Amino acid sequence: MKKFNKALSAVVASAMVLSMAACGGNAADSNSQAASSAAGSNTEQSGTGAAFVIGGIGPLTGGAAIYGTAAMNGAQIAVDEINAAGGINGAQIKFLKEDDQHDPEKSINAYNSLKDQGMQILMGTVTSTPCVAVADKTAADGMFELTPSASSTDVIVNDNVFQVCFTDPNQGAKSAEYISDKKLATKIGIIYDSSDVYSSGIKDTFVKMAPEKGLEIVAEEAFTADSKTDFSTQLQKCQSAGAELVFMPFYYTEASIVLTQANGMGYAPIFFGVDGMDGILGAENFDTKLAEGLYMLTPFAADATDEATVKFVDAYQKSYGETPIQFAADAYDAIYIIKAAIEQANVTPDQSVKEIGDALKSTITTIKYDGITGSNMTWDASGEVSKAPMAIIIKDGAYASVE
Amino acid sequence: MRKLNLKTMKKTTREELITFAMVILVYIVMQILLKTGHVSSLLEGLLVPMCVYSLVAIGLNLCVGYLGELSLGHAGFMCVGAFTGAFVSKLLRDSVQSDLLLFLLALAAGIIMASVFGFLIAVPVLRLKGDYLAIVTLAFGEIIKNIVNVLYVAKDDGGIHFAFSDPKKMNFDDSNGIWLINGAKGINRIPNLSGFTIGIVMILVALFLVYNLVNSRSGRAIMAIRDNNIAAESVGINITKYKLMAFTVSAAIAGAGGVLYAHNLSTVTATPTNFGYNMSIMILVFVVLGGMGSLRGSVISAVLLTLLPEVLRGLKDYRMLIYSIVLIAMMLFNWAPKSIEWRKRIAGKLQKTKEIKKEEA
Repeated sequence: MKKFNKALSAVVASAMVLSMAACGGNAADSNSQAASSAAGSNTEQSGTGAAFVIGGIGPLTGGAAIYGTAAMNGAQIAVDEINAAGGINGAQIKFLKEDDQHDPEKSINAYNSLKDQGMQILMGTVTSTPCVAVADKTAADGMFELTPSASSTDVIVNDNVFQVCFTDPNQGAKSAEYISDKKLATKIGIIYDSSDVYSSGIKDTFVKMAPEKGLEIVAEEAFTADSKTDFSTQLQKCQSAGAELVFMPFYYTEASIVLTQANGMGYAPIFFGVDGMDGILGAENFDTKLAEGLYMLTPFAADATDEATVKFVDAYQKSYGETPIQFAADAYDAIYIIKAAIEQANVTPDQSVKEIGDALKSTITTIKYDGITGSNMTWDASGEVSKAPMAIIIKDGAYASVE
Repeated sequence: MRKLNLKTMKKTTREELITFAMVILVYIVMQILLKTGHVSSLLEGLLVPMCVYSLVAIGLNLCVGYLGELSLGHAGFMCVGAFTGAFVSKLLRDSVQSDLLLFLLALAAGIIMASVFGFLIAVPVLRLKGDYLAIVTLAFGEIIKNIVNVLYVAKDDGGIHFAFSDPKKMNFDDSNGIWLINGAKGINRIPNLSGFTIGIVMILVALFLVYNLVNSRSGRAIMAIRDNNIAAESVGINITKYKLMAFTVSAAIAGAGGVLYAHNLSTVTATPTNFGYNMSIMILVFVVLGGMGSLRGSVISAVLLTLLPEVLRGLKDYRMLIYSIVLIAMMLFNWAPKSIEWRKRIAGKLQKTKEIKKEEA
C-alpha cells in the first residue's frame, strides 16, 4: 500500500505540473488582450448601437497555440481596421475569441460559450479536427461559419461552412502537379505524420496523383505525434531509396529538425513543403541556412511587395512584434470576406443568427475577393475556395516567390 | 479496513441511497432549468461530458479504490469503447431506424469490446503490482491510440474493406462508399445519439452495478486482496479471479463512457489530448480527489473538475493557471493530514454546539 501511495502521489503531482505547463508560452498574448479590450471599448462608444458579433475559436494554449494565436491576432487587425474605417454598412464589429486547446470537446465548449456571449457569425475554428465537431453544431444552429485554416474536407460537409484555405487533397494534388510541371524530380520520398489529419490527408492525395503525373514514390515513411524528434530512420530510407525530392507535408517545427538531421548525414535532396512549412525561418534553434533552396506551396508570403500584404505585415509587426505566418493572413482575409459577404447580402446586426446565416451562405458563392492569401478567390456551394496556389523558395535567408 | 457488522452495513446502504438521490436530484433540477430556459449553452453542452467523465471515474475507482491497483490505461479503454461504438452506429445507421436502439447496440458493442480488451490486458498485467502495473497500463493506452491511428476500414457495395497502415492496399474508391475508420482522421460524422438523460441513466446503472459488486461476497474478496494480498490468499481467495473480475468490470464501464463520449461529438480521433495518458491521469485525479473507494466523491469531483476550466473562461489566459491552483488547493484541503484534523475539529465543534443547543432547549 505504501509503495502504491507513493506511485500514486508521483503521478498526481506530475498531472498538476502538466496542467500548469499547458498554460505556458503565452506572454505575447497579453498584448493582444489589451489591444482587443481597447478596441472593444472603442466599438461601444463609436458604434451606432448595433454591432456584428463575430466569434473566433482556436487553440490559444497547448501545443498548437502558435496557430490559434496567430489567427486571432490576424483577425483582430482586420477587425480594428474595419472598425476604424467605419464598420460594415455603418455597423461596428465586436470580435470575441475563445480557446479550444485543439480539442474537439473543448472546441464545442468554446462555441457554446461564444453563443452565450451573443455570437452571430463564427470565424473558425483554426484547426481541422475541432472544426469537424463544431461544424455540426453551427449547422444545427444555422450559423454562418468561415474557417480560416481548417483544411480537411470533412469540415465543409455541411452547407453553412466555408474555407479560406485550400483543402488537404487540393494541396496534395497541387504539389504533385507543381513538382511534375516544373520537372523538379521524378523519384520522390515522402515523410509524413500518420497521426495528423492534415499531414496524412495531403499525403493520401499526393500518392494518388503521383503516378498520373509521372512521379515515382520510392519511399513513404511515417512518424507520429509521439515520435517527432528524430527523423534519421525516415531520412536514411529516403536516401537509400534514391529519392531526389523529399515531400514534407507537415508543420515547420518538425521540418526544422528534418532539415538539420539531413544536413548532419550529408543528404541533400530537394525539400518540398506545403503551407504548414510557412514560418520555418522563425523556427527556434534552427540555422536558417539549412532551409536554403526549400520549396513550399503556400498561399501567403510575408515578404510579398503588394500594397495589401505590406500594410498587413506592418500592422502585425507593430502590434505583436513578429512576422505574421500564414494562419494570421488566412484569418485576416476571413474577416474581410465576411465583411464583403455581409455588404453583398445587406444583412443587419439585429437579424437572427439563422437569418444572417442563410443570407450569407447563399451570398458568399456570388462574391469574388482579392486578399493577401490569393486573388480572385471564389466559392462554390460545397464550401471549397478556388484560388491559385503560390510556390515559394527560400533564397538568401528569405521567402521569395519562385516565378 | 471496513468492519462488516450490521451497523456499518446499514451505513453503506444509507450512503448508497444518498448517492442515487443526489444524481437523480441533479437530473431533475437540470431538467427543470433546461425546460424553463435558464441554462446557458455552455452548461448545456457540458452536461454530457460531465456524465462521460463521471462514468469513467466510477470505473477507475473500482480499479484504484477497491482493487487497489493503479491503472493509467483507462483512456485506452475509453478509446476502445468510443471507436467500437462509433463504428457500430455508423455501420448500422442505414439499417436501424430507432436512435435509442442504435445507441444501445453501439453501447453493447463498446462495452463488450472494452471488457474483452480489459480481460486480455489483465491476464498478463495483473501479475504485476504497483508501479509496474501502472507503467504497463500506461503503455497499453498508448498502443491502443497508435493502432487506431493506422486502422483503415471502409464500406461500399462490395462489402467492408480493411487495412493496416496502408489504405492503398484496400482497393477502395471513396466515390461510391464511405469511410468508417480513416486512419488518423478517425471516425467522422458520427450520429449524435447521446443525451443528458441517457448519460444519467448510464451513471445510475454503473453506480448500481459497482455498489452491488463491492458489497457482495466478490467485492469483499476484492477489498481483502487490496488490504493484504497474502492474507487474502491464505484464507483461500482466488486472487487472479477476483482481480480479473474487478479489472474487467472497470474497463467495461470506461468503455461505456467512451461510447457516450463518441456519440456526443461528431468526430472522434485518437490524439494525445483525448485518449492519451493525459486523459488517464485526469481521470485518476478525479478519483483521487473524490476519494479512493468513494463513488459519490468520484462523481462530484468529475463534475466539478469538468466544469471548472469552462466556468473560468472569463479569466482568459489565466484560467489554466487558476485551475491548477484550485486543483492543488482542493487536494490539500481534502487529503492533507493537518487539513483533515482541522476539519474534524470544526465538525466536532459544530456537533458540540448543536448538542449544547439541544440541551438548552
